[in-house]
Amino acid sequence: MSEKKPNGLREGPDENGFFGIFGGRFVAETLMPNILALEEAYDTAKADPAFAAELKHLGKYYTGRPSPIYLAERLTEHFGGAKVYFKRDELNHTGSHKINNCLGQILLAKRMGAKRIIAETGAGQHGVAAATVAARFGLPCTVYMGAKDIERQKPNVFRMRLLGAKIVAVTNGAGTLKDAMNEALRDWVANVEDTFYIIGTAAGPHPYPMMVRDFQSIIGEEAKQQIQQEEGRLPDALVACIGGGSNAIGLFHPFLDDESVKIYGVEAGGKGLDTDEHCASLAGGEPGVLHGNRTYLLQDDDGQILEGHSISAGLDYPGIGPEHSWLKEIGRVQYVNATDKEALAAFQLCTLQEGIIPALEPSHALAYVAKLAPTMDKDQIILMNLCGRGDKDVFAVAEHLGQEI
Amino acid sequence: MTNFTTRLDAKFQQCKAQGHAALNCFITAGDPNYDDALKMLKLLPAAGADVIELGMPFTDPAAEGVTIQLSYERALAAGQTVAKTLQMVREFRKDDQDTPIVLMGYYNPIYHMGCDKFLDQAKEAGVDGLIIVDLPPEADDELCLPAIENGINFIRLATPTTDAKRLPRVLQNTSGFLYYVSINGITGTATPDFSVVENALIPIKAATDLPIAVGFGIRTPEHAAAVAKFADGVVVGSALVNIIPNTMDKNGKATAETFEQLTNLTKSLKQAIINAR
Repeated sequence: MSEKKPNGLREGPDENGFFGIFGGRFVAETLMPNILALEEAYDTAKADPAFAAELKHLGKYYTGRPSPIYLAERLTEHFGGAKVYFKRDELNHTGSHKINNCLGQILLAKRMGAKRIIAETGAGQHGVAAATVAARFGLPCTVYMGAKDIERQKPNVFRMRLLGAKIVAVTNGAGTLKDAMNEALRDWVANVEDTFYIIGTAAGPHPYPMMVRDFQSIIGEEAKQQIQQEEGRLPDALVACIGGGSNAIGLFHPFLDDESVKIYGVEAGGKGLDTDEHCASLAGGEPGVLHGNRTYLLQDDDGQILEGHSISAGLDYPGIGPEHSWLKEIGRVQYVNATDKEALAAFQLCTLQEGIIPALEPSHALAYVAKLAPTMDKDQIILMNLCGRGDKDVFAVAEHLGQEI
Repeated sequence: MTNFTTRLDAKFQQCKAQGHAALNCFITAGDPNYDDALKMLKLLPAAGADVIELGMPFTDPAAEGVTIQLSYERALAAGQTVAKTLQMVREFRKDDQDTPIVLMGYYNPIYHMGCDKFLDQAKEAGVDGLIIVDLPPEADDELCLPAIENGINFIRLATPTTDAKRLPRVLQNTSGFLYYVSINGITGTATPDFSVVENALIPIKAATDLPIAVGFGIRTPEHAAAVAKFADGVVVGSALVNIIPNTMDKNGKATAETFEQLTNLTKSLKQAIINAR
């Protein structure tokens, strides 16, 4: 088990995929040979400069990396405290950070000779990114999506169909992300010989949490250089929203050993932590085992998994990536939350003040920035991951605001 | 490997001596409710079940097909818990000391209760074995080894993806019997080509003396007979569980028809197994 190692916080997981007690490989035996083969393929790819070069090339010419950091001047003035920078991963091709991971995984899928791609999606951002890379590399793609999410993310559903993906509506359970992930796992078990499962968040059985983190760490690596160039120093605080936690771990990871940098992960507070309707796995959950890993989960007294709630389909997941669970336990990252209402207010504020329509997911991060910035000095710096754009959310937001489009 | 003899060992030896494969019947604890499920559990041995696999309901059964998913949902909606499942076993054991009960399910409800507490209570209740779908050999420290220390068999699944390299790992620490999953897939879906399954068992039989039970996709007496020719045990689950939604009343209670069909199917499966060799 990987306790806090003397050479830093970026060394995990251990060889069995554990960050402290979190992570691991809790999957059906049918999938074990695949998971082990994936780990081996990833290790080989990591050691191959050609893999890194191809990924970098695609990142630059296909995704549009590096994404800039942007000083949000009017919001900074509005909050009246620390300078607020956005890491603008919403400018990526497909509109969110999800493409970073999908490109990495599709290259692995090709290396492993996969004939077919499957993915799960909540808000549809990962589904769109997976469908995009599948189209780009000429592989058929099936995306599992909760029936409720299909309803509230119609634009993304249509985008995936345009990209040639088959969308399977999942009606089991509450019809949201966790149920879509169950169904994707069932597909994988049945088609294990030729199918590559592109998991979108930094969760699932080892090596997924590590692999997704590595592919998303480009966010933090770029941001670290960019803020040095702009400000000549590191930021004082990082803020990112967390559902499963892929954009957050991508921003946080390169800064974990920089002790001067405070790190905040913002979970979805839904209708409030004092209600049953939230998705704050770390604040309101307990350690458990689901979807291949041990992590904090929303669950009842009998260990049955609870359905989360969030205005944002992308945060609507009762678990969280295992590395976040570990970072919470060792106290390196502070996990806070923002409610639906606060996120909706931040969504509108950002749109009006900066002319940037953010996705509802990073609107949660901004809602916390709104609280944090005024408590900090004007010469201090907050760097927030603006991990997705809000085009997909305009219909849902209109409904919440009681307006017809 | 275990150095104790359990009800499972005794039952498989008994079936072997009688010249037939064992019939492993799966039902879900608490489906459609506690009382009806207990009645079903109690009628199974007389109807011909040699081993009972009792499903522990879970909200997220990622290896199950629709039949078992819905069964788990019915049980949970009726208030089934791990404690009640153990209570069912306790009640069953009052009248039956011979039929092994294997609890089958997912790790989280056990982990949440605490593995030590769960194993203490399972042992005291009369549980003989565990099949925990999401605990591969890599996680043996979690529950498998403590279960063995408590005299409870931990039954591993081998699958069509279990190659020669993987097999020793799967067999290590497996006891009671080995459960061969006949297809790459989930419960209650595709029926395998039984000649392919028979061939797949050859290297496994060469590698272990444990009884091998075959499950997934076995629905009819004909299927059971085909498997009973070459396997030590035949597992039937979804076909039995499916009787419940087909026969229950509109209040979600089992009817006389439910118990009758369950008994009849179990009897005909057993007869087919006995006649197979």
